[in-house]
Amino acid sequence: MRSSRRFWYGAAISALTVGIVLTAAACGGSSSPSSSASPAAGGGFVGAGSTFAQPLYTAWAQTYQGVSGGVKLNYQGVGSSAGIAAIEAKTVQFGATDAPLTAAQLASNGLVQFPTAVGGTVVIVNLSGVPAGALKLDGPTLAKIYLGTITKWNDPAIKALNPGAKLPSTAINVVHRSDGSGTSWIFTSYLSAVSPTWKSKIGAATAPAWPTGTGGAKSAGVAALVKQLNGSIGYVEYTYAQQNAISTVMMRNADGKTIAPSLSGFAAAATNATWDASQGFAQALVNEPGATAWPITGATFALMQKSQTDAATAQMALKFFDWGYKSGAAQAQSLDYVPIPAKVYGVVEQQWPQITVSGTAVWPA
Amino acid sequence: MSTAHVETGPPAGGAGAQARPRRHHFAFGDPLFRWFTIVCAATVAAAMFVLIGVLVKNSWLAIHVLGIKPLTHVAYNPSTNQYGALSSLFGTFVTTILAMLIAVPLALAISLLLVELVHPVVSRILGTSIEMLAAVPSIIFGMWGIFVVAPLMANHVEPWVQSTPLGRLGIFSGAPVGLGILTAGVVLSLMILPFITAVSRDVLQMVPTVVKEAGYGMGSTTYEVMRKISMRYALSGIAGAVFLGLGRALGETMAVAYVIGGNFTALPHSLFANGTTVSATLALNFGESSSKLETSSLIELALILFVITMVFQVIAQLWLARARRMTGSRA
Amino acid sequence: MPPRSVGRRRLANRVVTAGAWTAGAIGVFVLGWIVTTVVVRGIGAWNVAFFTQLPPNGTDTGGGLANCIIGTLVITFGAAIVGLPLGFFGAIYLSEFGRAGRVATGIRAVTNIVLGVPSIIAGMFAYAILVLPSHHFSGFSASLALAFIMLPVMTRTAEDVLNLVPNELRESALAMGVPRWKATLGVVVKAARGGLITGAILAVVRVAGETAPLLFTALSSQYWMSGLFGNSGYFGGPTPNLTKEIFDLSGQPYPHLVQLAWGGALLIIVAVLGVNVLTRLLFQRGKEW
Repeated sequence: MRSSRRFWYGAAISALTVGIVLTAAACGGSSSPSSSASPAAGGGFVGAGSTFAQPLYTAWAQTYQGVSGGVKLNYQGVGSSAGIAAIEAKTVQFGATDAPLTAAQLASNGLVQFPTAVGGTVVIVNLSGVPAGALKLDGPTLAKIYLGTITKWNDPAIKALNPGAKLPSTAINVVHRSDGSGTSWIFTSYLSAVSPTWKSKIGAATAPAWPTGTGGAKSAGVAALVKQLNGSIGYVEYTYAQQNAISTVMMRNADGKTIAPSLSGFAAAATNATWDASQGFAQALVNEPGATAWPITGATFALMQKSQTDAATAQMALKFFDWGYKSGAAQAQSLDYVPIPAKVYGVVEQQWPQITVSGTAVWPA
Repeated sequence: MSTAHVETGPPAGGAGAQARPRRHHFAFGDPLFRWFTIVCAATVAAAMFVLIGVLVKNSWLAIHVLGIKPLTHVAYNPSTNQYGALSSLFGTFVTTILAMLIAVPLALAISLLLVELVHPVVSRILGTSIEMLAAVPSIIFGMWGIFVVAPLMANHVEPWVQSTPLGRLGIFSGAPVGLGILTAGVVLSLMILPFITAVSRDVLQMVPTVVKEAGYGMGSTTYEVMRKISMRYALSGIAGAVFLGLGRALGETMAVAYVIGGNFTALPHSLFANGTTVSATLALNFGESSSKLETSSLIELALILFVITMVFQVIAQLWLARARRMTGSRA
Repeated sequence: MPPRSVGRRRLANRVVTAGAWTAGAIGVFVLGWIVTTVVVRGIGAWNVAFFTQLPPNGTDTGGGLANCIIGTLVITFGAAIVGLPLGFFGAIYLSEFGRAGRVATGIRAVTNIVLGVPSIIAGMFAYAILVLPSHHFSGFSASLALAFIMLPVMTRTAEDVLNLVPNELRESALAMGVPRWKATLGVVVKAARGGLITGAILAVVRVAGETAPLLFTALSSQYWMSGLFGNSGYFGGPTPNLTKEIFDLSGQPYPHLVQLAWGGALLIIVAVLGVNVLTRLLFQRGKEW
């Protein structure tokens, strides 16, 4: 009899613990500004996609939560392709991609697309004997490296671009992304722009059929691979290279100037962009003219469904982007993104009335 | 055993002087209980059939449109309309074989150690430590694999292999990047080692002591007793354990996805090259598949994997059952 | 058959014995290596903030995984509520009523098959039947995927434990006139209590460390879970959880976020291994009688 009493005590204690855990979950933690008792204050929406834009959206989300009375954006960096898949499956409020959809794709999926920021992709390298940031390459040579036609570091083409540098005879270890990535799309758009061979054989894609090289999962995988093997070359977002102190490569741009990547270089590339609403603002800002323009620049885009079911969450998302355009520029620049200029976001916001709930536009709110 | 209908009337012979009326037992209690437990047990079966149904339904589009093509083509690249499953199947096959080649001898050696060579208390502690390996989650194996094992392979092991005469063989060619089939096979072998060890140890412990002592009494060494006596009894069981480990290796996802390199378009030409396995392909591509055909082809891949693991599970269970019958154990 | 020399036999024995000791050493060494790696890389992330705060953004320092810890606990609890009772009662059926019957053998075979299903397929299953039709990720779908994995584990373990209870106990209970259901629940289960609790705890802890099923079901979140319903509630939206968050953090460009990932990995491994060791110590009558 006594043992059964102990059993019931144990059961009661377990039930109590469980109850405490559930209550903790239900109350949403002590530092959450919105409690479950007042759902009107706060609320949130979900976005998923590009890892390139993740630092931007999460920083904006944190600031926005304070100024909007507790609206929470939950952004998940699952990769551009996964972001596109998620918005098409309607499991998120907006998808984020660096590889824009074409007008035809937007129409067939009932989506609206608009740019939210511009940033740069850089080439990273691990080559002993060459000081960090000193290696110079140009478009055609880079394309040949990724095509597998240039295989050694002391190839004459590389030597010609780097007179006086001590280039070893080791093989070039090419690294690329193994998952579907907007960064890959920007990079391969650049290779297609500078190399007709690349354009005809492989073209620009989020998951191209790489002729050679090793695949790393996400930018972390690419960076890890490049860092651990001497003689490696890869490509990552600019933020990534900055934060991890990886040696970057100077590239020759369309004007023939060899420059290092920088925020001003991305901004220079963006000034020549033609933001065409009828094409969903789709473009790659690669190989743009301009003496200081960085050749591997790209924009990041948000995708939303044209016909929504819940006006409140749709407005939440649009108000967030509106705030980001108008008040988030400084924060974007501090994270090495180029904000979208006022002229452009004016045109963007003219597209927003296309987003409707049962035929009624949700914007202007 | 059928449900026994037991009377709870007063005991016969008036032995119980207390004549207080006993309450009749709840007449529906037993059948209700039996029905309830059958339903609970059947949920597993129901879940499996629903799973098969979902897999088949969602892969029907791919089966219909692509037909036999995935099984005869290598490259998986939906953006160029290629849906070959061979790159994934080949990688699964090779990494699993590699993992078994490493894990099975290790597991047999460890179970020999645990059963014959050490004190029972030490055996329990050692056995528990090996079983702890089974408890380590897959993602931790993956992180350890990419941050610790891969650099080790890239900077020390692979270059060393290439500097020996073995390096001239085709299967050891290619840049020693550290990620690839070999690293995946090594990490996988460490993950299935505890499963094979545990089952082998249990099977070896079921060998009747009398027979082993007869062997020792005739002057056999430990190794000879193990090989000629214990293994005879344990062979089916160990085969079953091997198949169990095989099934586990086939389906392992996270650890492999981290270290295998993600090459979906070509067959790896060497152990140092990148490849992919079915589960790694699923993990890396499922979230991104946006066209119906692409999603369907991935689910078809999942269905193939499911069928393969099912076949191996069934074989494993049959051999384990045979082993139990041979040693007369009921457990 | 000519007799082999004693020397050669002894040599073979010594070689194999040495091999066995080496193998054992390798096994223990690998475990120690993994645990040490995680401890060394993750201990730096453990501070008060780790257990009380939300994940930081890229350029911030500090922050923690508190919401993920709670989320994982809730998701695992949700899976346990479904998986443990079903597994327990199913095992009672297999052990008490269906030792050799056709239905029981069939169910046993199916249980073994589902045991071997890769966890990512369980996740895809939950995605197809819950996430897609409802158009949102949720902690509940993750719990379902985990329950799918937990169920056969619990059934198998519980059946093994119940089978070990000697028949005499059952027979004496029945002989005293106790109805079948009372005999099973009151006597047999009570006798197997230790093993059942061990099995349940180990099954729960095993699914707590899974990642693949959560990839397409719970996603993750940088916020607290807001109750059961609503946009970031358990049934309504993405639920923060440790394993998916660790997977994401380990791919971030910011070194302190990667360290946060190792800190989370350390928490998981301490919890999983700790619970394993503790349950074996406390309930070590689990397997032997």
